[in-house]
Amino acid sequence: MRINISRKKIRDSFVGKVEEISGQNLLACYQCGKCSAGCPAISEMDILPNQIIRYAQLGLKDELLQSKSIWICASCFTCNARCPKGINIAEVIEAIRQILLRKREDHLKIEKLSDAEKSNVPPIAIISSLRKFTS
Amino acid sequence: MKISYYPGCTLKNNAKNFEDSALYSLKHLGVEVEELPRWNCCGTVFSLATDDLIHHVAPIRNLIRVKESNSNRVMTLCAMCYNTLKRANERVKADPESLDKINQFMYREDINYEGDVKVLHLLELLRDEIKLENLAKQVVKPLKNLKVASYYGCLLIRPKEIGLDDIENPTILENIMTSLDADPVDFPYKTECCASYQTVDKPEIVADRTYQILTSAQEQGAEVVALSCPLCAFNLDHRQKETAKKYPEFKNIPILYFTQLMAIALGCPEEVLRLDLNFIDPKPILKEKGLI
Ligand code: SF4
Ligand code: SF4
Ligand code: SF4
Ligand code: SF4
Repeated sequence: MRINISRKKIRDSFVGKVEEISGQNLLACYQCGKCSAGCPAISEMDILPNQIIRYAQLGLKDELLQSKSIWICASCFTCNARCPKGINIAEVIEAIRQILLRKREDHLKIEKLSDAEKSNVPPIAIISSLRKFTS
Repeated sequence: MKISYYPGCTLKNNAKNFEDSALYSLKHLGVEVEELPRWNCCGTVFSLATDDLIHHVAPIRNLIRVKESNSNRVMTLCAMCYNTLKRANERVKADPESLDKINQFMYREDINYEGDVKVLHLLELLRDEIKLENLAKQVVKPLKNLKVASYYGCLLIRPKEIGLDDIENPTILENIMTSLDADPVDFPYKTECCASYQTVDKPEIVADRTYQILTSAQEQGAEVVALSCPLCAFNLDHRQKETAKKYPEFKNIPILYFTQLMAIALGCPEEVLRLDLNFIDPKPILKEKGLI
């Protein structure tokens, strides 16, 4: 994948927004990769957790907002538990999801699920997926 | 001992086997359990966004119910309820300004929440108050020769600030199994996420995780898996159907709430266990071991 880096992107309000919503200091990350090493979801991800942090530092907004990874992360907090710099990666990913959800761009379309799909799963699954994937 | 109890919605439905076996065990251990009046769903996940207070209202409202029932602590069984209630509680305790806003939002409540309720999980109650040596003394049907792998998942132990045991190598469930005279089996996937709510629209991801987690437990000799979360239970138990479709060599393994195993050891009649709600039938292995 070809990635363009520019001063404009780095200074985009997106970076500040991610830091604000997540409460994390993105520049604390020194790219050790430990978050990705322990993440159980990387086989489904297009951008790995450590790359998400790097992309966010660089303001690569389009790449992040279009990535599959932000919807694959299940907030299991393994990365947070292991980051030597104390960064809450799961919170950063939540912030990126929130930036989309706050524009009413829901990820899960409950109306598209069949009655069978809905009635098979317990309330705890329906409620948590709606909380994570809809505005 | 008396304790307020927050069930959460799934314990009243799909996880009735979890609730009934836990309540049976607690009664047997001399604990008086009082379900909270007018409890509401906690929202299942703790909101991670710094500026999102509205989603802390649901958990905090439940803590007001605890105060209203003249108690200052509340027990949960569901790992997700535990995590959400406890994190919301810690969040407002550390941030009086947010607590004030949340209280103002709930202006129709009779009392304000002041951060003075303690949230605890049944596992903590067993370990710290009932004590495992006392549990062991009450065992009438030892789970002899039953090889149990304990699965923690994420939310009982992460993040560290609210976790009830070691974050990388929790042992509380294994210790309980030892007290019940079962053979605990250690396995490397006991804290690996089962993919959680992805189960709604991406069951194939859950099938992959279930395969990894359960085959790892089986390789270590496990005959059953014990756990404490209704969503973990759904994913590891019901999703074995999808797992077997995707991985033809996969062999089913029964998944039980740790409270079902505890109740058996405490002499619980079979109908209370609600084994009909367990998807992979645990009866053959329990019969083989002379436990039902
Ligand atoms: S573990 Fe922390 S420091 Fe290391 S790459 Fe991930 S976010 Fe950066
Ligand atoms: S929280 Fe998300 S990114 Fe972090 S380890 Fe879990 S699935 Fe991976
Ligand atoms: S976390 Fe579970 S059981 Fe808890 S209230 Fe909420 S959905 Fe229901
Ligand atoms: S293991 Fe799965 S359902 Fe259980 S706490 Fe983690 S994400 Fe939740």
